[in-house]
Amino acid sequence: MSIGTVPMKFRVSIDSEQCMACARCVENCSYGVFRMENGVIRVNPRHCVACHRCLAMCPRDAISIEERPVDYRTHPLWTTEVKEAIFNQARTGKIIVAGMGNALPYPVIFDRLVLDACQVTNPSIDPLREPMELRTYLGKKPSQLDIRTSKDGDVELLSTLVPNLKLDTPIMIGHMSYGAISLNAQTSLAKAVNEIGTFMGTGEGGLHESLYPYQSHMIVQVASGRFGVDINYLERGAAIEIKIGQGAKPGIGGHLPGEKVNQEVSVTRMIPEGSDAISPAPHHDIYSIEDLKQLVRSLKEATEWKKPVFVKIAAVHNSAAIAAGIARSSADAIVIDGFRGGTGAAPRVFRDHVGIPVEAAIASVDAKLRQQGIRNEVSVIASGGIRESADVAKIIALGADAVYIGTAALIALGCRVCGTCNRGVCAWGIATQRPDLVSRLDPEVGSKQVVNLIHGWTDELAELMGAAGINSIESLRGNRDRLRSYMLDEALMTVLDVKSVGA
Amino acid sequence: MNKVEIDARELHYTPLNQQIRKAVSEGANEITVRNIMGQRFIADGLKGNVSLILHGVAGGDLGMFMSGPDITLYGNADHAPGNTMDAGSIVIHGSAGDAVAHSMRGGKVFVRDSIGYRGGIHMKQYLDKRPVLVLGGSASSFLGEYMAGGLILVLRRLPDSMNTERGIGSGIHGGEIIIRGKINDDCLGVGTKKNPCTKEEITRISPFILEFAEKFGIDPAPFLKSEYTRVSPASARPFANKYTWE
Repeated sequence: MSIGTVPMKFRVSIDSEQCMACARCVENCSYGVFRMENGVIRVNPRHCVACHRCLAMCPRDAISIEERPVDYRTHPLWTTEVKEAIFNQARTGKIIVAGMGNALPYPVIFDRLVLDACQVTNPSIDPLREPMELRTYLGKKPSQLDIRTSKDGDVELLSTLVPNLKLDTPIMIGHMSYGAISLNAQTSLAKAVNEIGTFMGTGEGGLHESLYPYQSHMIVQVASGRFGVDINYLERGAAIEIKIGQGAKPGIGGHLPGEKVNQEVSVTRMIPEGSDAISPAPHHDIYSIEDLKQLVRSLKEATEWKKPVFVKIAAVHNSAAIAAGIARSSADAIVIDGFRGGTGAAPRVFRDHVGIPVEAAIASVDAKLRQQGIRNEVSVIASGGIRESADVAKIIALGADAVYIGTAALIALGCRVCGTCNRGVCAWGIATQRPDLVSRLDPEVGSKQVVNLIHGWTDELAELMGAAGINSIESLRGNRDRLRSYMLDEALMTVLDVKSVGA
Repeated sequence: MNKVEIDARELHYTPLNQQIRKAVSEGANEITVRNIMGQRFIADGLKGNVSLILHGVAGGDLGMFMSGPDITLYGNADHAPGNTMDAGSIVIHGSAGDAVAHSMRGGKVFVRDSIGYRGGIHMKQYLDKRPVLVLGGSASSFLGEYMAGGLILVLRRLPDSMNTERGIGSGIHGGEIIIRGKINDDCLGVGTKKNPCTKEEITRISPFILEFAEKFGIDPAPFLKSEYTRVSPASARPFANKYTWE
């Protein structure tokens, strides 16, 4: 072969002084890096993906992993990733598929925005002593309320209110399907959202029977493949989400390869074991914004108008206009999934190059809906690349009502973002269906970790709000005056509608 | 037999469906709805063991997500009757629009005449659930596109242009499309193969021919004696060779 081998991605070495040959690394590595030979641990570093399972399980800190010990000559244009993609395609002639989210070093808008705090002229609030309102209602709000006041002063509400979801924190967990992640991972997340009083998405993988006890906190998804969708599934969900697009791969569908469709996955997706689950790029009953309205209404009609219906789109150039159409479709919430959103598998070219950052998309969607006087018609949910509580505060100040987190919740379960979800042998028991690996993730422990994470973020959010003199999340929403841009260009500042630091 | 009559004249689809649901919950097993004028979503998500006899022109998504009821429509249907339907049947005494039986996963849809584009798109099967779409007439292009399971049977009782339509079974990875007579090679979509139906295959589809003939009061004999073409997946994994991992 004229290309030959390429430099190894990771060097794995074992400190023989430290190693006690307990073989926990051999047992834990699902990628086949370690083996025991004559009482000594040997390594094949070519198999390493840096998931760090071995490091985490080694009792003696004997393992070290070095990234790119032998790299190519550095070049700003012809980077390692670019060269290796060319080698790959020169060999195969195929589309490159990869896991996790956008891997290009685009600037992060969140990191160019700073939050405000009170000093002297208006007092900050101490959330330890004063109530902070983080409760969030997702769904349509009436543009006006008709009331009747009786002679004795009682007020009667005449307007009919439509169902909303009540969240105790504006942080939800996004749609990661059973199939993409394991049942123990989904169970961990489901237990966590129930305990916290928030919601999670099922993804397009149906709803496993063992998750029925948590269904009142689950948002069921209807995507273009309609996998796992029947009337019982729709009735089980607290809300229904139509997935039009996904930030990690806008404009294309999804393929769950047959290898991942085991007996249990086949039950919830309602497809034969071992068959490919192919979700087409569009919904074939939605070819226009009018058709979308029809799907929204068909779901409402099927569930007797008792469930909020969300519509998720990928953040793309024209998100604001699309969102304005969605807001008029009877939908109750719009999810905007930014280009940093994660995924089990996406074509690399889409993952890295298609779509826009969620910060810009949310700001423009919120602005467009306000300009048209229909912001109350829908809630706006931001997802894709929300890493910490500061991101939550900033995106809410840019106009979101709530966020979905995905990767962050998986990291709370142990994920190291190694980006090899597609391999199906996740050593952390998250992105795999192999029973021995899945059993590594204890839903009791996992859910506690996710609960801790969301608690921590929620407390931080309350602190940030208190420092800014804000005691209700409602007052933070769209409150761009509490943001300043630090080194963003003027065009982007116009889109975000934020001033510069110092201004 | 508990029969209920509903007049759909000038009735929006939501109150119409509410009346249907109420009748079902009160034990009706035959509901006749008259004067349907294009209301969408009739029997959307409806469950139960009930016959619906509909008179008029049904709007889009007739029987969407439906699980159990049997619908007989005396008139035409707009697009996507049987959309994501789970169980039961829809019998249309007329024609229907695009995306008939879209993502249907169980039950049967019979259309006396012809349908529009993308009929039976992404139909799928699982265990004992095997959706069946039978067309008395013909279908426009992209019949059975992305099909993952079930059966589409096209009887071609009327003069048609099936041999100028395109993309039959494009992306099919499960199930089968059986068309009476011959089909030109250039009508077939990506990833398909076609064969003349064997005797066994014709025996297998004959119960559906008989059921169709009985529902519409026609003589099944010529259809049982005809030759058929079977369009099926060239591969169960049409996209398996398109990708390489990073």
